[in-house]
Amino acid sequence: MSETVVEVKTTPEQILEMPEEHRSEAIEKGELPIVLAHEVHKWYGNFHVLRGINMEVYKGEVIVIFGPSGSGKSTFIRTINRLEEYQKGKIIVDGIELSRDIRNIEKIRMETGMVFQQFNLFPHLTVMQNVTLAPIQVRKWPKAKAEEVAMQLLKRVGIPEQADKFPGQLSGGQQQRVAIARALAMQPKIMLFDEPTSALDPEMIKEVLDVMIELAESGMTMLVVTHEMGFARAVANRMYFFDQGQIVESGPPEQIFTNPQEDRTKLFLSQILH
Amino acid sequence: MMNREPEQYSSGEVLAPPTERYTVLGWLKKNLFSTWYYTLLTLVTLYILYIVLKPTLIWVFTQAQWQVVVVNLRLFMVGQYPTDQIFRIWVALHLLAFTAGLAWAIWLPRARRIGAFLLFIPLALAALPFISGFSRINWIIFAVAALIGWGLGTWKPKAMRRPLLVLLLAYFPILILLILGIEPILKIVKTNLWGGLLLTMLLAVVGITVSFPLGILLALGRRSELPIVKLFSILYIEIIRGVPLVTVLFMAQLMLPLFLPPQIKIDNVLRAMAGIILFSAAYMAENVRGGLQAIPKGQSEAAWALGLSGFQTTFFIILPQALRNVIPVLVNQFISLFKDTSLVAIVGLLDLLGIASTVLAQPEFIGKQREVYLFIALIYWVFSYAMSYASRRLEVALGVGER
Repeated sequence: MSETVVEVKTTPEQILEMPEEHRSEAIEKGELPIVLAHEVHKWYGNFHVLRGINMEVYKGEVIVIFGPSGSGKSTFIRTINRLEEYQKGKIIVDGIELSRDIRNIEKIRMETGMVFQQFNLFPHLTVMQNVTLAPIQVRKWPKAKAEEVAMQLLKRVGIPEQADKFPGQLSGGQQQRVAIARALAMQPKIMLFDEPTSALDPEMIKEVLDVMIELAESGMTMLVVTHEMGFARAVANRMYFFDQGQIVESGPPEQIFTNPQEDRTKLFLSQILH
Repeated sequence: MMNREPEQYSSGEVLAPPTERYTVLGWLKKNLFSTWYYTLLTLVTLYILYIVLKPTLIWVFTQAQWQVVVVNLRLFMVGQYPTDQIFRIWVALHLLAFTAGLAWAIWLPRARRIGAFLLFIPLALAALPFISGFSRINWIIFAVAALIGWGLGTWKPKAMRRPLLVLLLAYFPILILLILGIEPILKIVKTNLWGGLLLTMLLAVVGITVSFPLGILLALGRRSELPIVKLFSILYIEIIRGVPLVTVLFMAQLMLPLFLPPQIKIDNVLRAMAGIILFSAAYMAENVRGGLQAIPKGQSEAAWALGLSGFQTTFFIILPQALRNVIPVLVNQFISLFKDTSLVAIVGLLDLLGIASTVLAQPEFIGKQREVYLFIALIYWVFSYAMSYASRRLEVALGVGER
């Protein structure tokens, strides 16, 4: 099995040894990565899902992760906000190490927004309540402020007129746009997208991708698991190809599309780019 | 053939759905006599109904001696609650009517017709021939209280929302204070004087309101990741569910005093209440757990990903959906708890059923079992049906099963 060495310059110690007050400044300036994964391993029982993942993401970067199903790409992105535990290695998000400490986990979750394949909107709450719940309960914003911000976000994703409807009354594409607005309402520094368009009808994929492209262009740090290669070509800074729990190849989109180094990458790309 | 179809619809107009209108005869024909076997089935059913209902109705209207109910009506309703204190129960009822009227106006503003219909019930009761003048006046006050509540709610629905919630929360303690009394304002009425429908209702209402939150806690405990909490919840639920309610009631009567220091004396009614609550909580827990299990994992993941704590996730996301899904099961549980309170007659309390047996022991009414039991069955049915009807309304209002 030939492995392209995936370059990660930063070590966890570099971040953790820096005094906390300097970390965010260094991350802001792009001297330190906002997300660092170092030798991350995870097992489901005896099954080795993640086998030494190394990745660094700097502020404002858009990362696309792709690969066959079962390759561990969704699992990896879910370890970043600790929806999945990992057994070995280190993940440092926004200068905070993900540990078992529940306070660290909650801090990191406040700074990362996540969009799911199945939208996971709260069906018993209106669109407006979906978007304002976390800002009111977690950030302790007054209701008026939360609703104002929510309305701006709903305008940004193009569905302000649906604010008082329930998720069940919306189309898939609209639901996913609400989910994006809901994640953005917490004003996260990082957005995680776990196959955001895979559950959508073809004609709705574009409306969601347009929102994501606009978000990427506004400078949001994004980690996106997707097979939408058009999206990757348009906005990704780097792409990572996952297979069997490892990063097989990474690089800027031009390189991945025009000159992939690994046979597995070539084979996979030939299968999805008809 | 192929060419004709597009031609037919080429105008592109939006068609209204076809409407069907029936005359009475048409309806009968369609629903009861559409084919020969339906006709046969209809006739057979009618015949069976005739055989069963004819003697029953004849008995009810011509042979039964309802004197036993009329004479003992007060016993059936409130047991031996002192006559000069009965006004306290009426006050509690009027407050309930007011609250219900307010709630109706605010939560079911469109169900005005059913509300008006419900308002006729107390008025109809006031018109009953055999009740006392005092009760008659009170039923009218009851209807007026409901109407005032409804009027207030309709007049200022927004402003009345908060008072309504306060009233709902405060109603329970007020009810107990009114019935039990508080020195020196209201004379204490010992619980051994509580009886009849009053006792049945109190046992059911207390049982439902206390065992419901207890059941939720147990259900959450059973899903908890803390091993002690989980173990305790499982043990509790499984032990209680393995024992009949009668046993729990006897245990509460006989064993509870053993566990408590001798200075503390709990009276019979309280012990029975404790038994009912403990019993019902175990079942409530399993019902709620069923609802919790039906919530997809993605819901809590989405909540966590937003930074909500475990408690916030449970309270804002999981429980509201879970409870909404199990309303039918919970109401089923409420109804069965309401009827199960009749078992306290076995441990010597004079609830509706207990009163029935004392009434039957009166020398002048020996052998009037049919009248007495039919009467209390009717009371149980009216309240059970009311609960089931209310739950259906609630389901519609909350959109259960729609999503």
